Amino acid sequence: MSEVVQTGVPLIEVREVKKYFPIRKGMMQREVARVHAVDGVSFAVQEGETLGLVGESGCGKSTLGRTIVRLYEPTAGQIIFQGTPIEGHGARQLRPLRREMQMVFQDPYASLNPRKRVGSIVGDPLKIHKLGDKRERKAQVEELLETVGLSPEHYNRYPHEFSGGQRQRIGIARALALRPKLVVADEPVSALDVSIQSQMLNLLEDLQNEFRLTYIFIAHDLGVVRHVSDRIAVMYLGKIVEMSPAEELYVRPIMPYTEALLSAVPVPDPDLAQKRERIVLEGDVPSPINPPGGCRFHPRCRYATQVCMEIEPPLVEYGNGHLAACHHPLNVDSTLAAAAVRSAAGS
Amino acid sequence: MAELLLDVRDLKAHFATEDGIVKAVDGVSFRLERGQVLGIVGESGSGKSVTAMTIMGLTRDVNSRFEGEVIYKGRDLLKVSDSEMQDYRGAEIGMIFQDPMTSLNPVYRIGEQIAEAIRTHEKVDKRTAKNRAVELLRQVGIPNPESRVDDFPHQFSGGMRQRAMIAMALSCNPAVLIADEPTTALDVTIQAQIIELIDRLKDDFNSAVILITHDLGVVADIADEILVMYAGNVVERAETRDLFYDPQMPYTWGLLGSIPRLDRPRPDRLHSIKGSPPSLITLPQGCAFRPRCPHAFDRCMEKPPLENHVDPPTHLDRCWLDVEYKRAHRGDTIAGEPEAA
Repeated sequence: MSEVVQTGVPLIEVREVKKYFPIRKGMMQREVARVHAVDGVSFAVQEGETLGLVGESGCGKSTLGRTIVRLYEPTAGQIIFQGTPIEGHGARQLRPLRREMQMVFQDPYASLNPRKRVGSIVGDPLKIHKLGDKRERKAQVEELLETVGLSPEHYNRYPHEFSGGQRQRIGIARALALRPKLVVADEPVSALDVSIQSQMLNLLEDLQNEFRLTYIFIAHDLGVVRHVSDRIAVMYLGKIVEMSPAEELYVRPIMPYTEALLSAVPVPDPDLAQKRERIVLEGDVPSPINPPGGCRFHPRCRYATQVCMEIEPPLVEYGNGHLAACHHPLNVDSTLAAAAVRSAAGS
Repeated sequence: MAELLLDVRDLKAHFATEDGIVKAVDGVSFRLERGQVLGIVGESGSGKSVTAMTIMGLTRDVNSRFEGEVIYKGRDLLKVSDSEMQDYRGAEIGMIFQDPMTSLNPVYRIGEQIAEAIRTHEKVDKRTAKNRAVELLRQVGIPNPESRVDDFPHQFSGGMRQRAMIAMALSCNPAVLIADEPTTALDVTIQAQIIELIDRLKDDFNSAVILITHDLGVVADIADEILVMYAGNVVERAETRDLFYDPQMPYTWGLLGSIPRLDRPRPDRLHSIKGSPPSLITLPQGCAFRPRCPHAFDRCMEKPPLENHVDPPTHLDRCWLDVEYKRAHRGDTIAGEPEAA
């Protein structure tokens, strides 16, 4: 975990961000439906903080990550970077901002151009932003390669000569080339073996301390997310359903979905694994084209009642910055629940 | 004792390449009984998948050389002809592959693919085969199987495709099911579903399972026995509880320490095994793990045998270190560094 600078202005803030993808059909390409990939998400991340974004495939976490760095244009809502709204910026206006926000992708095999040498994969961002001359750029790339645990001799090699873990290091070096403030890491370790995973998590932590980075760390494994995050947001079908300081989420999950996600993480301890209750979620995440009414989780929730099918629960605070959206909150006493409901009604 | 299905004795699989001979599997032995779940654990390139594929006869090639024996119900599968092997594949030994996206044919309906597997091994008409496919899809938990049987693979989610793969692997009621990283491409929630499904089906179909994975957490509550593989060798072999509570090989400690655990306080840093697995063409002298092992000493220049050093006698490992020394030192590796106060 890193030191978080508490200043008035967060490094990045998203307000009610939505991203819908139209589904078009027929000769006229008429819009027949919309995929509600991200459906009204708000949070702020302070400089030096790591926010973990967790959820199953299809919950919208990757779309949200890509919308934040403006690889996608948001359908609605605001994205505020260092106090300036950037959601409406065009390509030219965005260019200086691209230096400040970078992305690390999930698949280390698909995210590196197989026909380019490592030197140009990592160095091209510098070239695009016209930083330094050829010699300076080369020196900088070699330094970056060393920082991420590769060797400067790798400069002239091609991606296929590297293992999965090494490729992910190249992806990280590329993201760091422009000395960004914000790095959105989209499942950076889920394609790797556990032994390489831990190397990569330690590396990301070292880099955060060295370059004062702010991370938005996207993953489906709550074990991995706990290890890197200061705060964690749990997403389900395009919405944040729970958000809390990292350790608290594990001790005191409020939303039943979080509880189920936690119980699905394998425990490398046979006796404990036998003893603990595993809540197996039935089925898959429903289609985000027609999300279920009321609470979106109700068809898979073991606590669901009538109210869950009819009324969508608002995201309310249960103290200590712990937010959750649920009609039947877990691990919460009745006074706290009542206070939370009142505060939601008042706001 | 349950019926012995598979007896693998000192299996070696070597492949001749332009750069030299790749010793992908270099002396692996294990026994598998009906009803048993065997976990094979190791990093990429440790030879776990090649072991499985060699048992299935999928690595046969002009450039491959095999030694040892793979005895299935009394017959050595390494000596069986290619055409005879077809009768074993699918019918006697079923396999589930890692990537459900690429192991189904995208231009055939799910039901057709399962029915094809059935009709390859049994003389039944199309209608019967299709009905069996529907029944299998129901057993693996596909909702509404009567209509989903006519779907194409792209209409299934990742978890459903893996279920369809399992249905196909089980279609001829094999005695042995080999699952090669069946959950690596899936979400943790879906992973939990699939592992539970394999565990249940093993009992329903009265078969034995070989579960291959890189994550020790996955096999903790399903496997009866675990093999830890490194560079083509078995470096530790034990019953599951013994492996987790009394691990003897520093490589096993490293694998355990690499997992970010929810059942323990968060360490400041995770343990990570230094470096990467060695080239299988030129293995390090002595113990293959020596260059990455923080506890290596002079004697490790000599290759340790797979022997029993602790109680019970079923627990084997390949390590020269003294048992008392290991018990005193492994805790640091497994727990990672504690959170700085």
